[in-house]
Amino acid sequence: MTIHATHAAPTGFLRKYIFSTDHKVIGIQYLLLALSAVLVGMILSALMRLRLAWPEEKWPFLQQLMPEGFAGGPMTPEFYLAMMTMHGTIMVFFVLTTAPLSGFGNYFLPIQIGARDMAFPVLNMLSFWVTFVSFAVMLAALFVAGGAPISGWTAYAPLSALGEVAGPGLGAGQTLWIISIAIFCIASLLTALNFLTTTLNLRATGMSLTRMPLTVWAWFTTAILALLAFPVLLAGGILLLLDRVGGSSFFIPAGLVVSDQVIASQGGSPLLWQHLFWFFGHPEVYIAILPGMGVTSHILSTFARKPVFAYKAMVLAIFAIGFISYIVWGHHMFMSGMSPYSSMAFSITTMAVGVPSAIKTFNWLATLWGGQIRFTTAMLFALGFVSLFVSGGVTGMLLAQPAVDIPLHDTYFVVAHFHIIMGVAAIFGIFGALFFWFPKMFGRMMDERMGKIHFWLTLVGVYAVFMPMHWLGIAGGLRRYAQLTEFQFLQPLQPLHLFISIAAFVTIAAQVIFIFNFFWSMKKGKVAEVNPWEATSLEWTVPSPPPHDNFGALEPVVYHGPYEYSVPGAPKDYVMQTEPAGAAAK
Amino acid sequence: MPLVLAVFFWLVAIVTVAIFLGKVWWLPELVSAHGSAVDRQLVLTLIAAGTVFFFAQAGLGYFIWKYRGRKGGRAKYWHENSKLEATWTILTVILFVGLALLGNRVWAEYFQTEVPPDAVTVEVTGQQFAWNIRYPGEDGKFGRTDPAKIDDAVGNFLGIDEADPATADDVFAQNIMAVPLNHPVRVILRTKDVTHSFFVPQLRVKQDAVPGLAVTVHFTATKPGEYEIACAELCGMQHYKMRGRLLVMPEGDFRNWLKERAAL
Repeated sequence: MTIHATHAAPTGFLRKYIFSTDHKVIGIQYLLLALSAVLVGMILSALMRLRLAWPEEKWPFLQQLMPEGFAGGPMTPEFYLAMMTMHGTIMVFFVLTTAPLSGFGNYFLPIQIGARDMAFPVLNMLSFWVTFVSFAVMLAALFVAGGAPISGWTAYAPLSALGEVAGPGLGAGQTLWIISIAIFCIASLLTALNFLTTTLNLRATGMSLTRMPLTVWAWFTTAILALLAFPVLLAGGILLLLDRVGGSSFFIPAGLVVSDQVIASQGGSPLLWQHLFWFFGHPEVYIAILPGMGVTSHILSTFARKPVFAYKAMVLAIFAIGFISYIVWGHHMFMSGMSPYSSMAFSITTMAVGVPSAIKTFNWLATLWGGQIRFTTAMLFALGFVSLFVSGGVTGMLLAQPAVDIPLHDTYFVVAHFHIIMGVAAIFGIFGALFFWFPKMFGRMMDERMGKIHFWLTLVGVYAVFMPMHWLGIAGGLRRYAQLTEFQFLQPLQPLHLFISIAAFVTIAAQVIFIFNFFWSMKKGKVAEVNPWEATSLEWTVPSPPPHDNFGALEPVVYHGPYEYSVPGAPKDYVMQTEPAGAAAK
Repeated sequence: MPLVLAVFFWLVAIVTVAIFLGKVWWLPELVSAHGSAVDRQLVLTLIAAGTVFFFAQAGLGYFIWKYRGRKGGRAKYWHENSKLEATWTILTVILFVGLALLGNRVWAEYFQTEVPPDAVTVEVTGQQFAWNIRYPGEDGKFGRTDPAKIDDAVGNFLGIDEADPATADDVFAQNIMAVPLNHPVRVILRTKDVTHSFFVPQLRVKQDAVPGLAVTVHFTATKPGEYEIACAELCGMQHYKMRGRLLVMPEGDFRNWLKERAAL
């Protein structure tokens, strides 16, 4: 594991902070990228909520800022759809993929396994900067003529393949969108390779696979998913790009007439895009949530002062979820015209993925059982994660069945389901991880009082935003509708939209507390000790923040599993992984 | 803090379940024959999901309160328990696979059944942002269409070839569609441009219209009245306006309606 121990700490600003090969700097770069992305994504969602609550209201101030989007006064429906597309895309790719895996994973995977850096530090730097370029290209789509694409984050062909003739934003905006996603796929592929190689080859002496923290298992599994999922999206993206600019016809069938124009392409299949997209898309939702599961296990154990219940079952469950996530993609396509026989098979596999998910939930509860819970902000977010994981998970039982999906597909019931489980739960995982590891990363504690106020406003807020969406959906409330005014069956649902929007504005405003806390604590927070949480894993054996090569002259040697809390007979209620064997019994 | 958090999770559980049970917002009225099986399966699954949800949130809240840290307290050292793990694994497998199998039966009854031979056939062709309706007329055959002949300006939305004798008795409509009451209906779904989705909430029918394909769905409407056809798949800027009307009427009225439309 000492191959990379030799490279000296860089001294110049550029090599130290910008083009750094240090996994810790890269981790922070990813987190700052995700933070910028989440702010953009949140502003876009605020604009969406504004229109959904008051569809015909004029906003002179916003009209001055965005004259095209507010042409005539109220926000135009195409602008709404553009905001929606960009919100989904930015959140899924640049926040939920970037922060939990590339951000925290980069920073803590090497330290937790006792490595001095990633296996391929230069490749690691490259991954970040490729991601950065991808983000810049995606943001550019907001500013080109015609605006951002209106085809949703799923970019269903042929809407996304036909160009401007099919609608505003489907010209340059859509092309940039595809290019950005393709670049992102390459970056994620590089990251995944690095994570896998590092985990397999750079573990410290004694760090056997079954002594790895569950966070490492989660990142490792996530990297496998990313390795196998992103190439498929990359291929799909290239084909879609060729359909748009190369005159090919992978996704466009013969005989289409759009706005009275005959489309020359022939022979393509729109369902092919859906298959390629969701073959990536379903593993992707686990890419977003698995690191959160790992972090939650880690935090629950630390602050309940108890071993994670059924560690091996937890590892198996992560793997089972990862594996099954590859054979469930068809549940996004029950109403798509795909063979109804396939739907039946996908229904069974989808229900099956609930089993390891339920096992994880049971094990989290069992981890709490008999514990001595310390209510730090990190722990609060981890507990919130469990609650949200349940709330978002159980609705999967409905959406996994094609028959039940008939009334629910493409309604807000689905929006509620995936926002709670892969959006908000994952965000709670990120917040938990940040409060937990902030002292290690920046050498100072985050302010707990601000943290708790932020936690409470966010927890109450997200439930107020996303629970009512179930009721919107069950009553037939369709998603991706810029307004409900045109349909009699939708009009009575407007009060729900109003309520959700107000709750969303409050929740968004509450995030200011977090952002302030983040930057304030970096400068003014209480100075952190080496191991402020009395935790066991390797990152708590090194200074806060760790030196360039993490472990200095010391080679960590591991003697214990990662969750030895409250071991009978041990002097303290935790046994560090590096404490020599036998010491525990004293 | 522990008690407040526990109470919050309990409240989430209670309020959510109460609003579902009170059906404050609920499924639209049901007016199709196959829909009752769909609704039954939905309610059954909702009860199962709601039960799991309720007890998980309640349990989480209880544990948070019960196992709050106390000064000098020491947690239990408890790694695993095979019996407990086996029990909840088996129970979840039974619950999930059982529901999936029941759900698949309902799905098969809806989708994998033959369309009755006496079904009335309607062709529905989506376009940005309207529903084009066509009935085959007495001969039971639709006339030939040709995309090159499509001209929205003169009302030839489907590219009808007037030269084809099968066209003569075809009946056309846009954004309005009639079907006979208590009589099976076969809808052939097509689209001219992008993917749309034919959704009539009260019928419990939702099916994408896929470019290049003709997808068939069938249903029997059980209550006369006027219902709305909405597009459920994002199809462009006016997706939210893509509205059609569905009229369900006694068979005699339906025949008259067709005649009136044909005369237009």
